[in-house]
Order: sequence, then C-alpha cells, then structure tokens
Amino acid sequence: MAANSDLDVGYVARLARINLSEAEAKAFQKQLDDVLKYVEKLREADVSKVEAASHALPIFNVFREDTSQDWFSAEQALSNAPRKANDLFIVPKVVE
Amino acid sequence: MTEKDLPALSIADLQSLLRRREVSAREVINALRERIEAVDGEIGAYLFLDIDAAAKEAEKANVDLPLGGVPIAIKDIINVMGQPCTCGSKILQGYHAAYDATVIKKLRAAGAIPFGKTNLDEFAMGSSTENSAMKLTRNPWDLSRVPGGSSGGSAAAVAADTAFGALGSDTGGSVRQPAALSGVVGLKPTYGRVSRFGLVAFASSLDQIGPLTKTVRDAALIMNAIAGYDPQDSTALNEAVPDYTANLGSDLRGIRMGLPREYMIEGADPEVKAAIDAAVKQMNSLGAEIVDVSLPHTDYAVAVYYILATAEASANLARFDGVRYGYRAENPRDMLDLYGRTRELGLGPEVKRRIILGTYVLSSGYYDAYYLRAQKVRELIRQDFAKAFEKVDALISPTSPVPAFKLGERTADPLQMYLADIFTIAANLAGICGISVPCGFAQVDGHRLPIGLQLLGKPLDEARIFQIAHAYEQSTDWHKARPPITQSAQKT
Repeated sequence: MAANSDLDVGYVARLARINLSEAEAKAFQKQLDDVLKYVEKLREADVSKVEAASHALPIFNVFREDTSQDWFSAEQALSNAPRKANDLFIVPKVVE
Repeated sequence: MTEKDLPALSIADLQSLLRRREVSAREVINALRERIEAVDGEIGAYLFLDIDAAAKEAEKANVDLPLGGVPIAIKDIINVMGQPCTCGSKILQGYHAAYDATVIKKLRAAGAIPFGKTNLDEFAMGSSTENSAMKLTRNPWDLSRVPGGSSGGSAAAVAADTAFGALGSDTGGSVRQPAALSGVVGLKPTYGRVSRFGLVAFASSLDQIGPLTKTVRDAALIMNAIAGYDPQDSTALNEAVPDYTANLGSDLRGIRMGLPREYMIEGADPEVKAAIDAAVKQMNSLGAEIVDVSLPHTDYAVAVYYILATAEASANLARFDGVRYGYRAENPRDMLDLYGRTRELGLGPEVKRRIILGTYVLSSGYYDAYYLRAQKVRELIRQDFAKAFEKVDALISPTSPVPAFKLGERTADPLQMYLADIFTIAANLAGICGISVPCGFAQVDGHRLPIGLQLLGKPLDEARIFQIAHAYEQSTDWHKARPPITQSAQKT
C-alpha cells in the first residue's frame, strides 16, 4: 500500500467493464485514494491467531434433493430483455 | 375516529379497528391514499404506487389474518410481482419483477397488502437516500434534511404516516440509521433470520431485510410474518420462529445491558449523547442492570466493511450488463462496448466507486492485503461481540452519532458519509440483530430532529431486544411524537 495507493482507477474500471469520463476517473482516483488510506488502519490489527470469516454464522454447505422445480418459462425469463428474438436474448456478434 | 385519523395509527391499533369491523380495509386504503396525496409531494418517499390494485385486494382482505388488510410499503430493492424494481438506479429502467420475493409471499400469506415501492440510495449504497437516481426524499421532521439511508423512503413514509409499516434492507445500518434519523423503529434481524430471495443483492454476507414501523410491537408483528427458513436462500437459518410479541410487556428486572466503552466517541453530537445517557438511566430505573463492556476492535469496523461490502458488490452487480433486463446503451459496436457504456450511463457515481474499489481489493496482488485481512479482522469483531454477550443480554449505543444532516452536506466526501454508519456496521459484520428506537430530540435551527437508541442482541435473540425496546418505549412518549407535516395534513 503506497502513499497515494497503487490503485489505477482507469485500469480497474476497464476490468469492471465500466467506461469512465476523464473527469469521473480523476474524481474517483482522489476519493478512493482517501478511502484506501483510511483502511490502512487494518494493518495495525493482529490477525495472526484468527481464521478468515467469509460470513458470521456457522452454516456451510446446504443441500437439497436434485429434483426439477417449476420456474420461469422462456417467455417470463425474456420478459425484461432489452432485445430478444426466437426465445433468445439478442446481443452484438461475439465471434467473427 | 374519522378517516383522516386512520393513517396515524400503529398497525396494532389499526388491526383492532379492522377486527371489530369499525373500519374496512377499503376505508384504510382510501385514507392512506389521501394522506399520500397530501404530503408525499413534499416528502418524496414513494417511487411507485398502485393504490387501485391495493384497493381491490382490500375488498377481499381477511382482517383476521396476522396482518390482514394492513398496507405495507416496500423498499424498491425487493421484487414485487408485476411492479417495477428500480433499486434507485437508471440501469433497471423498464424492469418489472416477474416474481414475488419470499418476504412478499409471506406478507401476502399473512394478509398484508404491498401497495407501493419506496425510494433508496442506488442499490442501497448510501446513508442519506441522496444516491437515488430517481428523486430526493426529505426528512418529515425538517424538509431541508435527509431522512437517512439507504432505506430512507421507507423511514420517511412511516414517519409521515404515509405507511403503517415498511420493509427495508440493512447491509451496514440501512434500516436502523434512517429509522433513527426519521424518528421510527427499525430492526435488522440476525443474518439468515429472514429470507433474502428476491432482494436484489448488494453484499451477500451482510444483507438482511427488516421492518420499519411506528412502534416496537408493530416491528414484532411484521417479523412474525416474514422470519423463517426458505429453501430458496441457502443462507436462511433453519431455526424455529418464536412469537416475537410474546415477551412484550415484561419488565427489565434481571436483564443485563452493556455499554461498550469504544462507542463513547468524540465527535458524537452532545444532544445525542445526552439522550442516550437519559435512556440508559431510564432502563436502569425499569430494572435493567447496566455494566461497562469492551469491544476492542470497534475502530476497524468501518474499514473492514468498506472492503468486504464493495468486494461482494463488485461481484453481485456484474449482472447489470444490459443483456437480460433494464437499460442497454444504444448501438453497441461489440460486447465490450455494450457492457462499458451500459454501465457508464446506467450506474451512478457511488455505485461505480464501490464496484471499482471492490474489483481492486479482490484483484491479484492485493487480495491478501485487503480482502483476506479484512475477513480476519471481521472474525475479531465477531469474537468481541461473542465475548461481550457472555456477560450481558444486549448492548446499548446511539444508532447514529448525529441527527439528520442537511441535504447536500456530505455528498462531496464519500469517506465522511461512510463514517455516518460507525455504530451500525459492526452488527452486520458480526451477524447479530439490532434495533433502533426513538429516544429523544435534538433542537436544531428551530426544528426537532429525532434521535435513535440502538440495542444490539445475540444471534437469533430478536425476542429479547424487542422486549427491552418495548419496555423502554412504553415508559416514554417519544414514539407518540409526530412530525409537523402530519399535523398540517390532518387539518386540511
């Protein structure tokens, strides 16, 4: 964790598939540098004797019978699609 | 009792009238419609209303069911079949829910009528409801101030008597903090107590749905309806649901309450501090024993939260990509262009900031330093509470260090906004339950601004904090105070 943080907002935004204007990228860089500086306090905590907790309660795998259940019809699943045709979501061509 | 007085009633009082057939469910909906028309233009709590459909449901309401004929407002991040679910975001423009969330099914089974969707910070990310892409919601006690957030619409609706009760969601305080700032009761149940199926996910290890109501009893009544196991949420706890109203009315003799010394922070508002001190004395006079406790890792909670919550959000919000629902950018060149511009134009700044932060803390080379370390400190925080609860039945603190702040006051500095959640966040990290109840007022610029008292309980011990909160509430008049806007509505 460097002084102004290693975060490169433009690069991470591309990873997250969010286009940013230059102005937005600049503002976020400053704001997120501040947040990353604030969270540096976690370096002081002694975590040598604890396991990581992914959530707070002792429940782990939950199983059910592998049986089919009624759920959306294709029509319902597509009811909110921005573009659809032939029971499919339509998106720009992916493979040439 | 005239129809104009109906909206001010608690759910419990409304039910008495309904069951004695002194009013009909139809009259209740009509009274609510009039109240909403009179004041919601100024408050802005609602994003969507379908009063006509609600009136039809009211015609066939069975008022003898647990919530029979009671209209309940729903935070617009919970799916109600056939209704929009915007999450306060442009990216869900045009989306209509194709199914009911489990909590909605359960409310309907109990006879309640979901009639409208309330405003929120976009995807529940915020503490003031100002991050909504839809509109501003104003605090009914002072229209120049925020109602709190992210469930600010739900809190403002209950406070302004435009809902008898409401559902919110609480990831870091988003039920309790707006309840405190708007002067109503708000419960965050234990993680897993209420099914999250149909709640649009923000941070899956922290999110929990909870009620906002005028009284503690009303919150218990809603919990009786919505709590319980659900095979469609793998984190829902398979534990029996008690009758949450059973302990209401018991006094506080034999109850031990802890005052965490780390919560006596500098920077807390003096009137908030005085109100909490008075509430502690009051509970002591009702028979509770008050002891000092320590939660040594408190100072890390906000930092842990903003690493874990953003990391989880960055994964959960990947689904909003313009392919299957909602907004899609026009004329995309290719898939990357479709994703990038849809999310650029569809998501607001706070959501983008959090997705970027979350993506960063999970990225190669930084995962151990941020995410893994935060998970370990989370475990230390959980252990702090477990140790404290060996000595006490519940913990007491302010819900928010300050009363409602001005619209626009904190929007420029995200970190300052994050620190508004300092007392509420740890309960989500530790998975425990917590409730906020009104405990007084601050006098600011000629307005009375509500103050909230937070009680934190052990996992699955909601019945205990309801008992304590109810005993305190009934020994005060705070819950009877109504904001000025409700009086002007009654006179018209």
